[in-house]
Amino acid sequence: MTDQILTVENLKKHFVIGHSGIIKPVPITVKAVDGVSFSIQAGETFGLVGESGSGKSTVAYITVGMYQPTDGTIYFRGQDLFTNGKERSLAYKKDIQIVFQDPGSSLNPRRSIKDILDMPIHIHQPGKNRLHEIVRLLDMVDLPSDYMHKYPQMLSGGEKQIVAIARALATNPSLVILDEPTSALDVSVQGKIINLLLKLQREFNLSYLFITHDLSLMRNVASRVAIMYLGKICEIAETSEFFKNPQHPYTQMLLSSIPVISEQEESAKPEKVESTGEIPSPVNVPEGCSFHTRCPYIMDICKQVDPVIVETKPGHIARCHLFEQPGEVIDQNQTDAY
Amino acid sequence: MTAPLLEIKDLQVEFKVFGGILKVLDGVNFRVNVAEKVGLVGETGCGKTTTMKAILGILPIPPARITGGQILFKGQDLLEMGAGDLSKVRGNGISMIFQDPTAALNPVFTIGQQLGAVIKNASPANKKLSKRKIQEKAIIPLKEVALADPERLLDSYPIQLSGGMRQRVCIGMALSTDPELLIADEPGTSLDVTIQDQVLRLLHELVERKGTSVILITHTLGIVREVTDRVYVMYAGRMVEAAPTQELFTNPFHPYTQGLMESVPKLTGGGVTTGIPGRIPSYLNPPQGCRFHTRCPQVMERCKIENPPFFTTNEDHKVACFLFNQKVNQRKEETAAQ
Repeated sequence: MTDQILTVENLKKHFVIGHSGIIKPVPITVKAVDGVSFSIQAGETFGLVGESGSGKSTVAYITVGMYQPTDGTIYFRGQDLFTNGKERSLAYKKDIQIVFQDPGSSLNPRRSIKDILDMPIHIHQPGKNRLHEIVRLLDMVDLPSDYMHKYPQMLSGGEKQIVAIARALATNPSLVILDEPTSALDVSVQGKIINLLLKLQREFNLSYLFITHDLSLMRNVASRVAIMYLGKICEIAETSEFFKNPQHPYTQMLLSSIPVISEQEESAKPEKVESTGEIPSPVNVPEGCSFHTRCPYIMDICKQVDPVIVETKPGHIARCHLFEQPGEVIDQNQTDAY
Repeated sequence: MTAPLLEIKDLQVEFKVFGGILKVLDGVNFRVNVAEKVGLVGETGCGKTTTMKAILGILPIPPARITGGQILFKGQDLLEMGAGDLSKVRGNGISMIFQDPTAALNPVFTIGQQLGAVIKNASPANKKLSKRKIQEKAIIPLKEVALADPERLLDSYPIQLSGGMRQRVCIGMALSTDPELLIADEPGTSLDVTIQDQVLRLLHELVERKGTSVILITHTLGIVREVTDRVYVMYAGRMVEAAPTQELFTNPFHPYTQGLMESVPKLTGGGVTTGIPGRIPSYLNPPQGCRFHTRCPQVMERCKIENPPFFTTNEDHKVACFLFNQKVNQRKEETAAQ
């Protein structure tokens, strides 16, 4: 398709965290991201959900250029982002921007808001009237222009995050990565930030890679949702389909674990799948399907063979042995034969 | 009605800082009955944790100063107790689970050593026990929180455990002395959704079985709904609403509670609301009258001058808002007319 803005292909990132053995040291690696593929359409909000340590932030950091992938690549508008070796060209840096989780630590406390917004304009849009541009940015995010003389500690958490959003938009990007933009904020403030983000998306036709662990929030902002577990994608689907008809046992477990505030929502949840077991350490990922240690529908094959991603319905993919043959559940004998 | 286990009457706490005096708690009233699970909800900085610290006597004095009120635990005022008596109440009478289990456990001691210290100081009889006896006793709480292989865990350091396991250890430690009251400060916030579900279910089971009273502090409304019997809503150092959980979630009355509920993104979809405008007021110079009037969508002239008292409605539902009074008067007039 031509309107895909970002295509991630078989992305892998393994971190070496130490060595075992003295004579012949073998590197110990953490497979933070292990073969992730997805694509984002222009103008959509693509949700990436997963528990901590599932590798969702690593995907974001590779996309924005903070890490080099171990294997696989990312295409931005059909262009490979990693052909140039380590240094990414300025044009791509301008086009892909990120908003971090904690605005308290992502804004330099010793710089005024003006300085914070000035830097990206200075680098990416030389020759522009910077003061004029800063006023325009602040106006865009509904902050009064005299805020430029303030320092981050003078702002509330929500306002800090708004400044971080303005900074990401200063380069006029087309893809913005939102790494848990509201999880450090109160619910009463969250709505304001989310609505601002949605407004900006409409105004500038932005594409969002929205990372969060709050599924209720995801339900309301994303157009498509992907679930990650231990460095791999479990399931990708359109949002309404995803919440109505979750296929992967892990998704069902996640959805049924969400604490909700009304009976109406309670009935929207899938049947309760009791959450059991601990999330395995990413250093020691279980063989076969990485979810088999906690899965309620475990079969023998799950312990040996890692399932591949299959399309269970148009636009709905899942990675589970329950769906080896699309649409029907295979029984034990058939799996043994397979 | 039997006497409550814990009763806070008109508690006032101030912090003396460089700029002046912060009136953080301004007349907090709070009650926990025997074997009751009470939730305490509010935004960041509304005084939830300060209240709990006051109960445990761990407020930093100075800068904090308790200027008035009583904290009655089984009829005894904790504020007038000496340090020795107070430390007997803590541990045996009141235990606490903190938000971040990583920070709550000491990284340089094994789980066995830390649990052992708690058990050793639990009663005078335990002080005379041998090390081995104490270790044997330390296994019991670990078994209770359904941790696998408790013998091995006694010799592990906190860093060797996952977040969920650490929080279970903390729960086990807090309940090992069979306290009458357990204070849980955001026990699931630092955990992932499925693990949080497990931990909360476990906590719920244990306190049901032991008949422990619980104060659950959180800003996640969904958790409150699933775990507690009764809820207090706090805003800027004052209680604004108190009601049985079911009643509060089906029939929230205070505009702040309503705003909070609306801000939570729903699993059923329908978009994200804008939340509550404005921010929590500065304690240095809190607004006169009702502290919420600066953000209230239904503010009246009267709210800006007078502090609303608690109006009692049916079934234990109390609300500090003049709107309620008006509604009651209206209803009275209507019935009179009939």
